[in-house]
Amino acid sequence: MTDQTESVDEFRLRVRAWLAENMPRLAPDAPPPDRAEDEATWAHDKALQRMLWDGGLAGICFPKEYGGLGLTIEHQHAFTEESLPYEMPLHLNVPHFSILGATLVDFGTPEQKAKYLPPMLKGEQQWVQFLSEPTGGSDLAGCVTRADRDGDEWVMNGSKIWSTAAMSATHAMCLARTDWDSPKHRGLTMFIMEIHQDGVQVDPIKQVNGSLEFCQEFFDDVRLPPDSVVGEVNDGWTVALALLAHERNAVGGGSPYVSGRNYLAEGADGAFDASCVKLVTARGTADDPVARQLVAEAHVLDVVQRGLVKRVGLGMKTGALVGQAAAITKLFTATSAERKTTIRLELAGPDALTWPCGAETIGRGAGEAWLERQATSLAGGSNEIQRNLIAERVLGMPREWAADRDIPYKDVRRNPMPTSPGA
Amino acid sequence: MHLGLTDDQQFFQETTRKFLEQAAPLTTVRALADDPAGFERAWWSRGAELGWTSFLVPEADGGGSLSGEGVVDLAIVAEEMGRLVSPGPLVPTNVVADAVARGGTPELQAEVLPAIVAGDVVAAWCIAGPRGGWDASGVAIEAVPDGDGMVLDGVSTPVEHAAQADELLVTARTTGGLTQCLVPASADGVVVDAIESVDLVRRFATVRFEGVPVSAARIVGEVGGAAAAVERQLHLTIVLQCAEVVGALDRVLDVTLEYLGDRSSFGRPLASYQAIKHRIADMKMWIEGCHGVTELAVQAVQDDDPDAVEIVSAAASYLGDHAGEILQECTQLHGGIGVTWEHDLHLYLRRITLDRNLFGTPAQHRERIAAAIISKHGPALDKKVAGD
Repeated sequence: MTDQTESVDEFRLRVRAWLAENMPRLAPDAPPPDRAEDEATWAHDKALQRMLWDGGLAGICFPKEYGGLGLTIEHQHAFTEESLPYEMPLHLNVPHFSILGATLVDFGTPEQKAKYLPPMLKGEQQWVQFLSEPTGGSDLAGCVTRADRDGDEWVMNGSKIWSTAAMSATHAMCLARTDWDSPKHRGLTMFIMEIHQDGVQVDPIKQVNGSLEFCQEFFDDVRLPPDSVVGEVNDGWTVALALLAHERNAVGGGSPYVSGRNYLAEGADGAFDASCVKLVTARGTADDPVARQLVAEAHVLDVVQRGLVKRVGLGMKTGALVGQAAAITKLFTATSAERKTTIRLELAGPDALTWPCGAETIGRGAGEAWLERQATSLAGGSNEIQRNLIAERVLGMPREWAADRDIPYKDVRRNPMPTSPGA
Repeated sequence: MHLGLTDDQQFFQETTRKFLEQAAPLTTVRALADDPAGFERAWWSRGAELGWTSFLVPEADGGGSLSGEGVVDLAIVAEEMGRLVSPGPLVPTNVVADAVARGGTPELQAEVLPAIVAGDVVAAWCIAGPRGGWDASGVAIEAVPDGDGMVLDGVSTPVEHAAQADELLVTARTTGGLTQCLVPASADGVVVDAIESVDLVRRFATVRFEGVPVSAARIVGEVGGAAAAVERQLHLTIVLQCAEVVGALDRVLDVTLEYLGDRSSFGRPLASYQAIKHRIADMKMWIEGCHGVTELAVQAVQDDDPDAVEIVSAAASYLGDHAGEILQECTQLHGGIGVTWEHDLHLYLRRITLDRNLFGTPAQHRERIAAAIISKHGPALDKKVAGD
């Protein structure tokens, strides 16, 4: 048995042949299920993931000894290019593979990796992160969900929020406070949690646009075995920072663990966003000078974003920019999305307000997107947090004064943790 | 320039930066404010020795690029010049060199290009029309056929460095379309009147052509067929201006950050206030966006990308909208010193203002983009809109 690595070209040919033989082609008039709150979406994606596993094409950049292929990001890019005409388990990319799988590769013990990575790659599990809390999302290290020792085991109490599709998920990485006498960053531990067990309640959150994608969880004496700790006890902040770096990389389009089209990083790939041209065409305003200015302004933002993503990606790769420069791209993406959403509302005029019963009109889309506009500026680190990162970590301006620095966390002023509505 | 320059490009960038810092620091720029030419020819020749005028000229005529991508190499110079709001006819001279290298007769190329490369000949481009015209639609010079050649009549203004130029590239109307030719600035019937400008060292003039004869050998490109070349020259001009602007913005942000770190109010550095940090973070984001879109636009011109109009005008409108605001915001953060003649910020504000409006305002560039993308992607539109 030789240990010769398959070349990218050989790999591409093998992938091409296998996909043509095995994977369902995308059909424009019958798109695969796409709503993250629907069980059908996850069943569909898990089945596709199982097909990839059986075909020897799951986990291209995951380590060989835990069921992956141990190949390079160039192999992954070749696979993604070949996969574009086919249905793919895209919902498993983020957070399951590229955030939780990636963090497990970094910090898991050999036993944890052997236990979890193969079923992750087979599509038998679906992982999410339990980080944000209802007491405050931006101050992540101000976590007050607690885990207390009981013999060998841990007992967890508290609440987490903004987890994606946690109803259908099987496992989570959950950050909890394990030492209240240490300052805030030094008393945290990261745990692996099976979601479907006694004491865990998962409630969907209905958002402004009606979506039920995000969830809140309540923990009531949830028992966790000793081997559920990721990394070191009381060093969970290190794990959390790595997890967040994987998140920025995944959302920014640079993760080696994203397989297939990355729909979160769209706009950076140069594909033309026709929504504004469609709006002015549909409404007969294509020769209105004001409308034309707005159509162009939205397009300019897309072109700038493409250039910015390319520049920052290259800069971080060559070391010309620090890793936290991803905050620049994140802030741009969010503020640009705000402006484009406002432009589409303006272009849609009254069509954003009323529509025929049950119809999915382009005007309705513009109106509903407007109601949900701030979501991108809040998710994955708010704009204000990104601005702090840019000022302090990229430009080296003085850090903010913090009232909770270097004092026992039990003495820090904080918001009360809400109790479960079912309790 | 982009963050993956080759070793050759990096070395060239450093050499150009050192030369500019030594030979044209801001004190020199201020001193040149009272000089009618705005730059010294001997200084320009030394820049030419470094390569400032050779990147768009073929090797056969004495030119050559660093990387095989002459526009990218030239943008490095423009960016470094932006850092120090440098003087000199970098943009018009290189744009004219590019036009002659692409469309000139062999005898014209042999006569002019080696002299431009050597720094002996400075060139200007007469395109702007007297009523705010800056592209083909505003051209106010007519070329009437006369034997093998033509006769020029009309006016162009403002023309950058026309009064310092040895050669004038003229874009003129002919019955079949646009025609371009190269006219010695000393030719009979060429009248150059200097005008004042917002910039301290960029010089402008109004140029009148009163029955100026042009020989066939000095016609650049096809008679009546110059529209594509004019568009290329516009794009080249705009991306070099954009490169200059991002160089200026980087410098202004550095200067502002240094000031905010040194200056205290209420017992703490200005840089420690979150209200200020967040404004700086937004500016950093805009500046990186300006860099990113400029890099795309430079590459689009380098590659003769058929979609260049969208990308170049995206850069022009984005930089036009943001660069001036960043300068005003940095002025605000400096406090009263920022609005004094003594402080250097206004040198940058002047240059950025020039680059904002000289070849199309942000709104005019957005209209170009709208025309391009609506006609390309909105085929169901009525003919009037799509054909405009």
